[in-house]
Amino acid sequence: MFNDLVSQFWPSTIDGLALGSIYALIALGYTMVYGVLRLINFAHSEVFMIGTFGALLTLNILGVTGPVSGLTFVGVLFLIAAGAMIASGGTAVLLELVAYRRLRKKGASRLAFLISAIGASLFLQELFALVVIPEGFDRPQAGRIQVPVPALMEKEPLFSIGDAVVRNDKLLVFVGAIVMMIVLDLIVNRTRIGRGIRATAQNPESAVLMGVNIDRVVLMTFLIGGAMAGIAAALYVVEFENTQFFVGFLLGIKAFTAAVMGGIGNLRGALVGGLALGLIEAYGTSMLGSEWQHVIAFSILVLVLMFRPTGILGESLQQARA
Amino acid sequence: MSHSKNTTGIGPVRAAMRKITTPFDEMRDWWGRAPGWVRWTVYGLVIVAALLAPSDSVGAFMSPESDWATILFYPIGVFVLLAIGLNVVVGQAGLLDLGFVAFFAIGGYVMAVIGTELGWNFWEIIVVAVLISSLSGIILGAPTLRLRGDYLAIVTLGFGEIVRLVAQNTDAIGGPRGINSIPHPPDMSDIEIIPDLQPFTYGVIDPRPYYYLLVALCVLVIIFARRLEKSRVGRAWAAIREDEDAAEIMGVPTFRFKLLAFAIGAAIGGATGTVFAAKMISIVPNNFPFILSATILAAVVLGGSGNLPGVILGAFLVGWLPERFRGFEDYRVLLFGGVLVLMMIVRPQGLLPSRQRSAEFAEGSGMGGMGAEVATPTAKAEVSSR
Repeated sequence: MFNDLVSQFWPSTIDGLALGSIYALIALGYTMVYGVLRLINFAHSEVFMIGTFGALLTLNILGVTGPVSGLTFVGVLFLIAAGAMIASGGTAVLLELVAYRRLRKKGASRLAFLISAIGASLFLQELFALVVIPEGFDRPQAGRIQVPVPALMEKEPLFSIGDAVVRNDKLLVFVGAIVMMIVLDLIVNRTRIGRGIRATAQNPESAVLMGVNIDRVVLMTFLIGGAMAGIAAALYVVEFENTQFFVGFLLGIKAFTAAVMGGIGNLRGALVGGLALGLIEAYGTSMLGSEWQHVIAFSILVLVLMFRPTGILGESLQQARA
Repeated sequence: MSHSKNTTGIGPVRAAMRKITTPFDEMRDWWGRAPGWVRWTVYGLVIVAALLAPSDSVGAFMSPESDWATILFYPIGVFVLLAIGLNVVVGQAGLLDLGFVAFFAIGGYVMAVIGTELGWNFWEIIVVAVLISSLSGIILGAPTLRLRGDYLAIVTLGFGEIVRLVAQNTDAIGGPRGINSIPHPPDMSDIEIIPDLQPFTYGVIDPRPYYYLLVALCVLVIIFARRLEKSRVGRAWAAIREDEDAAEIMGVPTFRFKLLAFAIGAAIGGATGTVFAAKMISIVPNNFPFILSATILAAVVLGGSGNLPGVILGAFLVGWLPERFRGFEDYRVLLFGGVLVLMMIVRPQGLLPSRQRSAEFAEGSGMGGMGAEVATPTAKAEVSSR
């Protein structure tokens, strides 16, 4: 068991970091919305799922069917990222407008928000399984199985660490996630809308008094979180080359776990939590076997919430949880 | 942080109650004033109706396309019993449990494992199953019930998935293939009440005896839940649901009562699982997916969380409608999702809410009011002028 861990250590580390960076990007959406609204946006997993289909749609429109290289690759990558960001960000904004805003105005209970989110989540999943995938992606009768995504890059080893080979796709995912994290950090800490977001997270009433337009801030929060999920979705389809209507469910819960692990409401915490969860899962899988991968993640979630619900870095986008 | 303050002089709850009176409420008031014999007659009629339900003439209307008695057992009967169990947790104590199916699964697997390995009979096993599932409720609850609201929801969701995945990965209990040839309950007597109906003979073909078993369990559980609701325990749950901090300050040992709600809910879920496994002969891990938890929760919320008749109605509708309108079966979950969102916007208290819960929802405080703090100033003003 531990021999497996030792012999697989470096390959596991690389896999874990790549998967963990996708968790981290999705976790941002949970963490931002939680920071501002103290609401777990349960439907965020579907925001990610729709992002993967946005990326696939962009590929179909571009007519890319096989690996491309050089500048074409960079261009295609940017376009599918943009397509996924539009799809995801749009979905997140729609969710806020349709499923949450009315409840917010009514000052509804947390239960109402969560149930509305579950409803929206089920609705979007089934919408894709029943309508969008069969019709929009020309797969009649097959809405519930995996949809293959054309490979965008030749996956080849770049260099090796220890006895493990680092492939270009894994490096791309990792670097892409880190870059987006830095961009987001700059947005939240340096821009006007970022200041609005932080102000609302700290004290919504004072923020209103200081002239912050809360509805706009909330909308931007959903938009930015959704766009990050879109980036994650684009990287996901490049790395795994498939998607399905159900893809968001597990990834969503794991990203939420990552957000909680890092300290929900804390943007840097999402990165730390995502990478930590990815690594733990990868090491655990190399010890116990891949069929236990999800059980490991769920157990981590339960354990973290039991022993350190404030997460590794604590909550920082707003004050401590009420 | 901020609860909406009422400025009109009457108490906020009463003001909210006045605002939301509907024909349902008038019916409920009549029911509240009705003398004992009327109530008992109605109870009697309801039970008789439940016993007569699996007849062919009813089935011809209720489910022309599939065997009505089978549907009455699963999904309808099972959903009703599960919903009553979940209602204790969600409706009464106000704890959001997204992994309720775990206890259903545990009950089912206890029946399957003990029934096939040790050869005990159903009546012995159901006792053990209830104990084990409520114990698992306590084991899950003890560390997690200190968490609030939506955290608890996610942890329970995780737990539900852990139970299913562990069952899937453990070869000792059949792995993904599950467990076969689970024994039926022993026959209690082979009397025939009407031709072809032996209500106490549990075989493979006739689903009606199992349905009657569920009805009997439902009646027992309803009486139990009802007595609890009217007791000190029920009042403690209501207090926790409305404002946990206030309850704690008033001397309610909130943690212990939350644990109790979890254990009772789990026990009911476990008992349902036992009957389910005994009827189905074989169970597989995929009988217990997350979507089942969500469905039962939808039933509770749709019917009117916290109000037993409402919850039963909700579970009945959620179990029956997809079977009645088979053509829409594919769209069942889609509609569910849409209806859930719509319900939360239009009528968050459910179809048949209890009056207390309607008031709580109208006031927006139940289960930790939120969102008010992020509402715009105009919206807040609207809230306070009510």
